[in-house]
Amino acid sequence: MNNLTFLPVLWPLFTGILLIFIAKRIKLQRWVSLFSSLIGIVLSMYLVFSVHSQGILTLNVGSWEAPFGIVIVADMLASLLVLTTNIIGLAILLYSFHSIGIERERHYYYPVFQFLLIGVNGAFLTGDLFNLFVFFEVMLMASYVLLVLGGTKIQLRESLKYIIVNVLSSSFFVIMVAYLYSVLGTLNMAQISQRIAEVNQPAILSVIAIGFLIVFGLKGAIFPLFQWLPGSYYAPPIPVMALFGALLTKVGIYSIFRTYTLMFYHDQGYTHTFLAWLALLTILIGVIGAIAYWDIKKIIIYNIIIAVGVIIFGISVMNEQALSGSILYLIHDMLIKAALFLLIGIMIKLCGSDDLRQMGGLIKQYPALAWTFFIAAISLAGIPPFSGFAGKLLILQGAGESGNFLGMAVVLLSSLMVLYSVMKIFMYGFWGTPKADYRSAAVPVNKMLIPAVILVAISVLYGVATEFMYPFISQAVETLLNPDIYIKAVLKE
Amino acid sequence: MKQNDLILQTVTKVAAFVILLFAVAIFLGGHYSPGGGFVGGLMTSAAIVLLLLAFDLKTVTAILPIDYKFMIGAGLLISSLTVAGGLLFGVPLMTHAYRYIDVPLLGHISLHTAVLFDLGVYLVVVGVTMTIIQTIGESE
Repeated sequence: MNNLTFLPVLWPLFTGILLIFIAKRIKLQRWVSLFSSLIGIVLSMYLVFSVHSQGILTLNVGSWEAPFGIVIVADMLASLLVLTTNIIGLAILLYSFHSIGIERERHYYYPVFQFLLIGVNGAFLTGDLFNLFVFFEVMLMASYVLLVLGGTKIQLRESLKYIIVNVLSSSFFVIMVAYLYSVLGTLNMAQISQRIAEVNQPAILSVIAIGFLIVFGLKGAIFPLFQWLPGSYYAPPIPVMALFGALLTKVGIYSIFRTYTLMFYHDQGYTHTFLAWLALLTILIGVIGAIAYWDIKKIIIYNIIIAVGVIIFGISVMNEQALSGSILYLIHDMLIKAALFLLIGIMIKLCGSDDLRQMGGLIKQYPALAWTFFIAAISLAGIPPFSGFAGKLLILQGAGESGNFLGMAVVLLSSLMVLYSVMKIFMYGFWGTPKADYRSAAVPVNKMLIPAVILVAISVLYGVATEFMYPFISQAVETLLNPDIYIKAVLKE
Repeated sequence: MKQNDLILQTVTKVAAFVILLFAVAIFLGGHYSPGGGFVGGLMTSAAIVLLLLAFDLKTVTAILPIDYKFMIGAGLLISSLTVAGGLLFGVPLMTHAYRYIDVPLLGHISLHTAVLFDLGVYLVVVGVTMTIIQTIGESE
């Protein structure tokens, strides 16, 4: 019994409920959600350190024993992701205060924000497949509201697409859960894994594995299933975009992590090869998009797809280096994508346009913004002292060890293209002669810059202190490589 | 032309009470027979919707001066407080407890904390349904 495990979900729930009651008092809402986010970070840090010292923590909700009740499982991967989510939540909240606008704030922006955090944290922490579905829905419902809130024309159009795609993929999720339940007769992830090991994954289970890949691929935007993402992420205001870009696709990736390392790992020749090809094609598509556009939002959006491909490729290799690389890269990518979205948000506010060709010379009036962006950009590409380096290096090592040289080449070349795409923003946006006097735009740049600087600073620290982080990462990988640890912790055998 | 819906309004005055009573019966019987918070809540809002059909929005808000958004909040609060009760008693969250109590008139009955959870569900369902219907009804 360990109630701490569920607190990162329960805490935002209470905050969200409280915020419903004070929806018309904006100042109070801001203070309450800020305070709650700080507590959330403390709680999740405590969770990370508890898992570090005591191993996997489980909670049998409602005192029902493991395979029969819902079990909440905090292993190292989940707790690290919960901590990252809370940090990003705080930064985006701070940014929202100055950019989301009174009208949206009055219409339940902050409560819905908290409900999104509930969904994401819950999806990371659950140990039950159907409960995962429910938390997916909590997250998606909140994201529908955030996407459409404000009701501009483009938001209405894109949220229609987004909702249709997600309703389809959610119903497919339910169908896949039904198939799995009729084959194995259980929904508890640990017991699913145990039973698949007993029957040694016959063909029907490989089919279900691919089915789950389609579901989570739709949520996480991998190669043939990504078409909804560029349009839908383009529509909402910047803080919401940052929230989506940093958190939503990553929940899909986390679910692929769970299903492909905990459950369906017996027929790797089939499932994991399939995964590897899809990952490489995802990287390719992302790269094409990222270098094609002159629209800075589009460039960063396609960079999400590239990162998804790189992380999934790491999962498909399935050895120690590649998995720890994937986890390192996943956390790095969540932080840096949020930071980049916040930064380009400031640029767009200043220039009044998201077309790179309309911008120029920002560095003369806003040097702090420019250098923060520069650091974020080279972290994204993976230049050594910064955070993207260690993860990609380990993924490359892992790929080399398993002899997948094509994959290595694609990942390396993709880094170059990522660097090119963000440097294009830097060179066209910040260098050159100013196109206008940006100071007349009356944007609270310094206040909006603070959360972005916090995120970039954390990611720089994360890159420099990889040595300090590594014990946590390797603990996470140990669980992923030996599902028995997870099963023992949950089923207590 | 103003329609005369005397029959509808008179029948509604009786039927709404019957529906409400049936909703409460279904809600309270949920533990032992089909029913529970969800259908109970739906049926309660069905009674209110019947009132809305027979009278108009203004009259119904005058009869039931409830802000349904707060009702959603209250329901969520009750349910999640029941869940969080585990923190106080040092047991896993959502652990329920029950006790047999002698209540005057009703006799020897069992009271279960799951009913509190269900009460939350009931309030949320009523709140959500009425918010949807009211919002759509008000918008031009």
